[in-house]
Amino acid sequence: MTVDTLETPVTQALVWGQVRRRALITVALPLAVLTYLVYTWFAFGVPELLSRAQPERALILATDSVAYKVHVTKDFRHNDFKVAIEGERTATYDNAKLPKWVQIDGENGVVDLGDGYQVEIDGKTALFTIPGYGVVKGTATAKGVDTVLPDGPVPDWIKDNPRKLDVRPTLDRRLQITKTKIEVHNYFGGWENFWFPFRSPLYGMSFSQLYALALSADRMDPDTSNLWFIVNEFLKNPDWQHGKVFTALFETIMMAVLGTLTAAFFGLPLAFLVARNFTPSKLFRFGTRRLFDFLRGIDMLIWSLIFIRAFGLGPLTGALAIAFTDTGSLGKLFSEALENIDNKQVEGVRATGANQIQRYRYGVIPQILPVFVSQVLYYLESNTRSATVIGALGAGGIGLLLVETMKTSRDWENTSYIIILTIVVVIMMDQASGWLRRKLIEGK
Amino acid sequence: MAVAALEQEILSMRKRRQLYSMIGLLLVVAVLVSGYSKSNAMNSGGFIQGLSKFFDYPGEIVVEAFDAGPAFFSLVLQFVPAMMETLNIAAVATLLGGTMAVVLAMASTRNVDSWGPLIPVVRRIMDITRAFPELIIALFLIFVLGSSPVPAMIAVAFHTAGALGKLFSEVNENIDRKPIEGLSACGASWLQRIRFAVLPQVAPNYLSYFLLRLEINVRASAILGFVGAGGIGQELRRTIGWGKGAGDETAAIFVLLFITIMAIDQLSSYLRGKLVGSGRAH
Repeated sequence: MTVDTLETPVTQALVWGQVRRRALITVALPLAVLTYLVYTWFAFGVPELLSRAQPERALILATDSVAYKVHVTKDFRHNDFKVAIEGERTATYDNAKLPKWVQIDGENGVVDLGDGYQVEIDGKTALFTIPGYGVVKGTATAKGVDTVLPDGPVPDWIKDNPRKLDVRPTLDRRLQITKTKIEVHNYFGGWENFWFPFRSPLYGMSFSQLYALALSADRMDPDTSNLWFIVNEFLKNPDWQHGKVFTALFETIMMAVLGTLTAAFFGLPLAFLVARNFTPSKLFRFGTRRLFDFLRGIDMLIWSLIFIRAFGLGPLTGALAIAFTDTGSLGKLFSEALENIDNKQVEGVRATGANQIQRYRYGVIPQILPVFVSQVLYYLESNTRSATVIGALGAGGIGLLLVETMKTSRDWENTSYIIILTIVVVIMMDQASGWLRRKLIEGK
Repeated sequence: MAVAALEQEILSMRKRRQLYSMIGLLLVVAVLVSGYSKSNAMNSGGFIQGLSKFFDYPGEIVVEAFDAGPAFFSLVLQFVPAMMETLNIAAVATLLGGTMAVVLAMASTRNVDSWGPLIPVVRRIMDITRAFPELIIALFLIFVLGSSPVPAMIAVAFHTAGALGKLFSEVNENIDRKPIEGLSACGASWLQRIRFAVLPQVAPNYLSYFLLRLEINVRASAILGFVGAGGIGQELRRTIGWGKGAGDETAAIFVLLFITIMAIDQLSSYLRGKLVGSGRAH
């Protein structure tokens, strides 16, 4: 009889023990995760958060970002009518050239909101005809508003209190009356004044008109060509600030590109100092490795705060913050790649009588080049996203612009515009670097 | 004759390659030089003026921290709860995002018998979630939900789902199909095949990427805190906003952040080394 002394015999107890252990893990692990999630649910204060949440803000953002409104205002102080896009002084229609849906006759006016909805303004009284409900009558008095509603229960889209009447039968039609004014909002889809400001001579022109204008010899502005004039009017649009947004995007891209390239530029030579097979000196290796750890450990957040103090706002600050952090990360990755190279190739080059520089150039670099290029491009991708965040900390670029427009929160369509552009730029950088990586590494 | 022609061709090819690499190198140098001079001009403070001030701020807070004496250590301890919050944000985001990523990866790899028509759709979804800037989701949710850790958590989880999903599906592509075939021969359903044939093969790699992501997410959560998402970032914003006098607190936060990031870094690279062997870090 032979006994296998190398392997312990499989007994029933052993099998059961292992089965039990596995069963315990499969039960205990999900339970532990679940407990942790429950703990964080309360640690983050989710119940309180849900009660405080303002989902209507998301709705406002959503409607406001795809629509704009035109205010028709009757002001009792000046006793006049004003029709203005978003109620802005700079975008007020000339009373002789009003849109078709507004008719004004001295003291009185009729605003046709479409689909049978109509507001008649007669002195200080407004009559709002709502199909399927009736006529809401509101009169501004010295103290507030007198309201006459049709019989029956008051729907929740009418907010009637003695100081203010607010009627919004549909999302895109609204009447407000206070003691000082009657205001009708009519909503339209799209982004207003997107191309040119309201006061610009180019406002409302079609593309073919613009094309013809750009080619025509009569100059709008005697000092510049028509094409330049059109571009300028577009970039200097005060509502949308295209010029400023484009500059900010450019700054963000510059931060990412400069930061990553600089990090690669310094990371590669330093990586040679860390790799065991290139630097025999333990002291050097230890020192450089700790330098990498230090650069990485300080983190982009702290680096950018320090650089903002020193260099102020701008792309340079962001680029340096990215460069410092990523010199550490890339250096570490490169040094690992260097330690894993095949020494045979280097020896082969040495056998031909190559000197040290030639050995590095023809024996080492070709081996780590794919790692180098692909890692640098990966970092470029992720740094484009990081650059938006660093910008928001105060380094400038699109991140800061986004935070600022969100804080003022006057026109949500501006915020949406910046968000869309940022996403487009980030995705484009992603695609470009992916394309470049395939092209360079796989030779496709 | 033929040899001479071949030699000619090789030489011309080499010349062309050299030309390409020269052009590439020059392009990079040109971008660096012009970029730095341009950004130097765009910056509100210049590089040369800033250089002398570079050590002012770190110096200032170090001096203030030094003046605080032994009380500095209690300051560091005082910020531990905030640091815990940041760690919680990162951990929950990695857990949720990682779970999503497993689902996405299983649905988008031909090698594990994902449903064909779904593969390109899920891949595009992953591309989008990966590219979506975290900042935008965080700011939007802070606007809707108010200042709290949850927006940062969701934003980080969203990005994690895409980023990990891509790495996971790359792991899936390299597995051995034999166990899957064996199980299908026994009539196992798709879920059973995933559970008993795929997961045991990919688990170590998944865990390793998961840990790497956790490390990245700790940094991301700290930064998002600065724009109003709670945790150590928010504390840092507060102390920095106070300006002079709060330098010791700022230094305490810096030290705490540095120690934590280093600790997680070392721990995760140690664990990853155990899981998949050292060397491959990305």
